[in-house]
Amino acid sequence: MSAVEFGAAAHEAVKIARAQGAQGVAARIARVREVSVQWRDGAIEQVTESTTRGLGLSLYVDGRFASVSTSDLRPEAAAPFIADAVAMTRTLSEDPYRALPDPALYANRPDLDLEFADPEYGTLTAARRRDLARAIEDAARSSPGADRILSVTTSVSDSRSEMFRVTSNGFEGSRIDTSFWLSGSVAVRDDDGRRPEDSDFCGSRFLREAGDPNALGASSARRALSRLGARKSDSKVMTLVLDNRAGGRLVSALLSPLSASSLQQRRSFLEGRMGETIGSPLLGIVDDPLIPRGFGSRHFDGEGISARRFPLFEAGVLKNYYVDTYYGRKLSLPPTTGGASNLTWVTGGGSQAALIAAAREGVFVTGFLGGNSNGTTGDYSLGIQGFMIRGGAIAEPVAEMNLSGNQLDLWKRLVAVGGDPYPYSALGTPTLVFEDVFFAGI
Amino acid sequence: MNDSPLAPPIPGPSFGPTYFSTFGVDERLIREALSWALSQGGDYADLFFQHRVSHNFVLEDGSVNRAFKGTELGVGVRVVRGDQTGYAFTEDLSLASVCEAARTAATIADGTRREAPGRFHVTRGLPSRYSVNRRWDDIAPQEKLPLLTGLNDRTFSMNPAIRKVNITFGDDMSAILIADSLGRIVEDVQPMTLLYLSCVAEKNGAREQNTYGVSARQDMSFYSQDRLDLMVREAVDRTMILFDAVQAPAGEMPVVLGAGASGILLHEAIGHGMEADFNRKGTSIYADKIGKKIANSFVNVVDEGTAEGARGSINIDDEGNEAGRTNLVEGGILTTYLHDSISARHYGVKPTGNGRRESYQYPPLPRMRSTYMLPGPHKKEEIIASVKKGLYCTNFTNGQVQIGAGDFTFYVKNGYLIEDGKLTRPIKDVNIIGNGPKVLEQIDMVADDLTIDQGGWTCGKDGQSVPVSQGIPTVRVASITVGGQASS
Repeated sequence: MSAVEFGAAAHEAVKIARAQGAQGVAARIARVREVSVQWRDGAIEQVTESTTRGLGLSLYVDGRFASVSTSDLRPEAAAPFIADAVAMTRTLSEDPYRALPDPALYANRPDLDLEFADPEYGTLTAARRRDLARAIEDAARSSPGADRILSVTTSVSDSRSEMFRVTSNGFEGSRIDTSFWLSGSVAVRDDDGRRPEDSDFCGSRFLREAGDPNALGASSARRALSRLGARKSDSKVMTLVLDNRAGGRLVSALLSPLSASSLQQRRSFLEGRMGETIGSPLLGIVDDPLIPRGFGSRHFDGEGISARRFPLFEAGVLKNYYVDTYYGRKLSLPPTTGGASNLTWVTGGGSQAALIAAAREGVFVTGFLGGNSNGTTGDYSLGIQGFMIRGGAIAEPVAEMNLSGNQLDLWKRLVAVGGDPYPYSALGTPTLVFEDVFFAGI
Repeated sequence: MNDSPLAPPIPGPSFGPTYFSTFGVDERLIREALSWALSQGGDYADLFFQHRVSHNFVLEDGSVNRAFKGTELGVGVRVVRGDQTGYAFTEDLSLASVCEAARTAATIADGTRREAPGRFHVTRGLPSRYSVNRRWDDIAPQEKLPLLTGLNDRTFSMNPAIRKVNITFGDDMSAILIADSLGRIVEDVQPMTLLYLSCVAEKNGAREQNTYGVSARQDMSFYSQDRLDLMVREAVDRTMILFDAVQAPAGEMPVVLGAGASGILLHEAIGHGMEADFNRKGTSIYADKIGKKIANSFVNVVDEGTAEGARGSINIDDEGNEAGRTNLVEGGILTTYLHDSISARHYGVKPTGNGRRESYQYPPLPRMRSTYMLPGPHKKEEIIASVKKGLYCTNFTNGQVQIGAGDFTFYVKNGYLIEDGKLTRPIKDVNIIGNGPKVLEQIDMVADDLTIDQGGWTCGKDGQSVPVSQGIPTVRVASITVGGQASS
């Protein structure tokens, strides 16, 4: 299906739905090609290659709403599928808050080049993927302490996706994007029979920026080997230094209560707190959809609303919620956008090592294990692993410990923000330091 | 455990015309695709055809005001050489497109062509584990919607503190056909339903939220009046008790796990670690432990796919192997890994029917089905009475495990303090963290009250989700770390 046929198929779906009686329709058609090579201990473990495609429709029928999707794009299947979907929508209750976005929100779409797609996408060959996968393992196995390594699994994957979206009230948009990811995962043998494993990964929208396989192999091995001898420590109040790679878990727990659906359904501990101080003056986050090559970048959101930057927290004060059209209408709030794009943090100057040195004593948390955060109350309880910080340096590894508290308390304890936003996630979290946090262990 | 009447099985489709013949799938297409799959050698190849139709209806703010419908149609082609896998899929079931996918998957091998089977035999007469008289895709929305509105009304009338009720009803029919290079053709039509009730309550300026859900491979008769009554009562009780809950203590202490949903302990502490792929790679903490004593002799853990109508039950796995019963731990001794066909060949054993996949988009992996512990010699009351200071846990939201290090967690949504052998104050929202083999050694009491939880548990591994069940009798773990906030 060419780009032109792609658009035509989406328009055709809208036409069929309207003929069936839908007053409002949004149609999205997408195709994604993915190739992935998994390599383990000197040989290819798995190669997968696929192209997936799908049509999704949002239907507004006589004041009622349904959303449907199908991968069965046979011409003879599409019309009955849409007719059945419209009939299903008619069985539901009327909902006066359901509507396509105000077309005024489609206007002023930014036109800067966000560099979603690498023009060199097609140049990555099977042989090159295999060489990259092997190089990651070779680097891991040449690390100091490699005689402890039990197994190395690496992967090289890439994707190219095309999307076209059209609505019956005037929106039309499309994009093509690419991504390339490398990963290395290393399992090591500990003296007590445990086989700790850790991994690292890197990637980019552009092949040339995907990362260095040698550095990746070395960092995955270093991460795994550093877990040897991990033990739990005493339960007590300590300083928390949170690795920039791990911080996204806590940040996500802060973001989901910002959605209008959580607010309207009374499941948000941030309801009614607009303009209030939620965090320390160091908490500054902007939602920024307009970063070239950003993983969360976009010209328009999932509803078609034109993208713009807006602050979430300024000097600890809550400045905006994520408001989509539907819950915005229920709450009488103007829509912003339905969910996060990229986050840009107000960063400090310090490196991670400097923040650890300044903390003197505490726990350097490098990963979370399970746990949950209650969006209604803000209570969280999360398994952690990491290292003790002693005398300003990383000391022995800790495991089987847990971090609990309430987010309204935690973010006020933020005492330092690193200058190192994590490059491989749209959340871009820097190293964060919190003082006087309770850790459970022995 | 199922209070709906047992239903006669729906006759399975027979090959020639089969369910998939309407999509142009016939013996010629299967033979040609397998021929391409084996065109560069390869020890084994299979095709996994799937047509899945699912619906979700959502009630919010008093009315069923949104619905979602999804149709998935596709075929995955897998070629295996030793421990290596080539995989490709397509959503276009034309001969040309399926053969193209097969050619792509074939490149994992680099030898000489092997012949595709000349004849196929269809596996028939498989037992049916699904209690379904009427297929979900034959039931109109009008019949489903009153379930949601009825539950909503009753939930609000249970307690004036209830402010918001959200209900999701889901149903799903997945038809699969597996054809392999041994000439086997196996088909199944797998039903699933799920009902999930969530409520938010307010009391004295505080707010709490909780949920209760059930799921089964059954039809509308699963939703008996008794079950719906139980849902409303449990959802409201589990929410309201949170207002009285105190912070859980922190540190190592005895933890009593209530019968049923506490089976999450087994899923995380041992189930994943017994999946044979991690063991053949040597990366599981249970690698090299088969035949070794790892727990008290009254600890017996099984994984099976045969319970009538259970969410984790399957007639066949996604490689066409019959799903029987596998003993993970017998008399405290580690017995059998959970195998897919690759690991079974690697270990030279029969597949255990644990090769499962999320959909045609993924190759199968060793996965759990219904995982539970058999009843033991103790009584629930005796176990609680034995604890001077500890926790009794009843409801859970999620868990996670590190396969190699063995550390695992599960998040307790509801529970009680045990003080001097009695349940005292309720607790909430606390994560528990332990190490698999150490915690199994610490299970020192097992009651006789095995309960299989009927919740909608979904297990994630390598980016693939599959439905599972879990269960356990009341057990005592002598010591484990509770991640509370107050020092004990």
